[in-house]
Amino acid sequence: MSGLFQSVKMSLKILKAGILDSIQDLGRFSYQHLGINPTGVMDAYAASIANILVGNKLNEAVIEMHFPASVFLFDQPAIIALSGADFNATVNGESIPVYQPVIVNKSTVLQFHSLKNNARCYLAISGGFQINKWLHSYSTNLKAEAGGLAGRKIKKDDEIGLKVKTDYKKILSSDDFKILSWKANVIWNNNDSHEILMIRGNEFDWLNSVSQKEFLSQSFFITGNSDRMGYQLKGNALQINSKDELVSTAVSFGTVQVLPDGQLIILMADHQTTGGYPRMGTVITAHHSRLGQLKPADTIRFGFTDQKTAEDLIIKQHQHLLQLQNACTFRLQQFLYENN
Amino acid sequence: MHPHLSYKIISLGDAALTIDFGNLINESINKKVITLFHNLQHKPIQGMVEAVPAYSSLTIYYDVISLYKNIPDGKTVFEWMKDQTEKYLKEKIETENKEEVTVIIPVCYDKEFASDIDSIAAKKNISPEEIVQIHTSRSYRVYMLGFLPGFAYMGEVDDIIIIPRKPTPQNVIAGSVGIAGQQTGVYPLNSPGGWQIVGRTPVKMFDKEKKEPTLVKAGDHVRFISISKDEFENIKGRNS
Repeated sequence: MSGLFQSVKMSLKILKAGILDSIQDLGRFSYQHLGINPTGVMDAYAASIANILVGNKLNEAVIEMHFPASVFLFDQPAIIALSGADFNATVNGESIPVYQPVIVNKSTVLQFHSLKNNARCYLAISGGFQINKWLHSYSTNLKAEAGGLAGRKIKKDDEIGLKVKTDYKKILSSDDFKILSWKANVIWNNNDSHEILMIRGNEFDWLNSVSQKEFLSQSFFITGNSDRMGYQLKGNALQINSKDELVSTAVSFGTVQVLPDGQLIILMADHQTTGGYPRMGTVITAHHSRLGQLKPADTIRFGFTDQKTAEDLIIKQHQHLLQLQNACTFRLQQFLYENN
Repeated sequence: MHPHLSYKIISLGDAALTIDFGNLINESINKKVITLFHNLQHKPIQGMVEAVPAYSSLTIYYDVISLYKNIPDGKTVFEWMKDQTEKYLKEKIETENKEEVTVIIPVCYDKEFASDIDSIAAKKNISPEEIVQIHTSRSYRVYMLGFLPGFAYMGEVDDIIIIPRKPTPQNVIAGSVGIAGQQTGVYPLNSPGGWQIVGRTPVKMFDKEKKEPTLVKAGDHVRFISISKDEFENIKGRNS
């Protein structure tokens, strides 16, 4: 073999780049008044679970992957977890599951073989990455070319330092990896129904009555023109009654706007901070996870809900994460203590 | 707050609300918005994550998780935040005596950098030199930042050079100065954009290395001055 497996620097190495893999955390807030968009993961719930499984805090940086994803080489042992989409991952050729912590040995290769479900897979590593924050966040802002790893997506030959260096010798001995025995129960990103609930937007009644009904009854198709900035939808064109034009106002992750041609766009993690198209609604926070796992050719339906329901769901989802965090942190501590 | 300034508070999803002062571009309303924004930066409402001012509205993002447990029974976090915001608007807005900041932005209006100046001149039946003279003859208010990091929406331009945006966006080079409707602005980054391009500045509108990464802020004033291509290259050289 060439020098490939003889790196001196302890790190995660990229042997092959994926189409769009980037370092993200839960987003960069309090700079939107400067036009700096929050970015962050598309599926905060799944990313949080990956962090929980490896003993990190919820907003530690993770790598968000799209399929086809990067091929990674571990120069050092690490506790890792995958969450969100299932890309049929292997370590040195053997399958590893999503939503379960795995300790990988040094000189192992993590790769992804096919898209089994969903759209975005998260890789969390115990202790996080040795990178600098930009404006208090690790998230990559592709437009500003800042944050994350040099403000860009991950590419071949990148080396990302890891903060924690432990050998896990007793656990691994000469094994390539060990799958730990506990698994996170995931109850919030069930995409089967593809129903997305939202809080009604201020301009919804600008639609004529037929279009108002159609907004809630038809299935919308997610077009190929969909990415981290937003999903462009295709359905029967909606008709706006009002001749009013909107001046720009702040928008949000999940804001659904009608474009001049009557089609809809859902703003996603890399959305710009302000917009001036009529707002039909904003997807509730608890459904951001299922929304963030959609991809072109998926279909969705919209429904409205009220603030009470939406807020209760935020709390339920958060409580689930806290319970998971308590349980997983305890299991991991015990395991590492017993195998020290 | 101004006793006659009416507003309504609308929800933006389940974790943000917008105070809407009327759907219009108006300097005195925008001044109120920016004053309110500065007040909120200084003294935020409990649970506020951040505030984002726009032309005639201000949006407050809030943290439902931290607020939820302290909300009185029978109220939603949204209703509570709405109440707090209304109280804030009644009581806490102090008028600002801050001196207004004027930022000078040098612009080279040479044809090379001003892809649309000839077509605007032809449509308006004036010379490109007159467009430069008109564009540099007044100071513009920065109403808001948005669209891109550091992109300032400024206004209002002289009626003579009001021109609609292009029907389809084109690739615009960082530093390009555009006009659209009553607005003028500078593209901080290479980006697709629909504004009509009349020149280019060599200064960075957005610099990620700086602690304050944007050259201007909402509420500032901007004056464009015309520079030659040599000066453009000089300044560009110094800044890179």
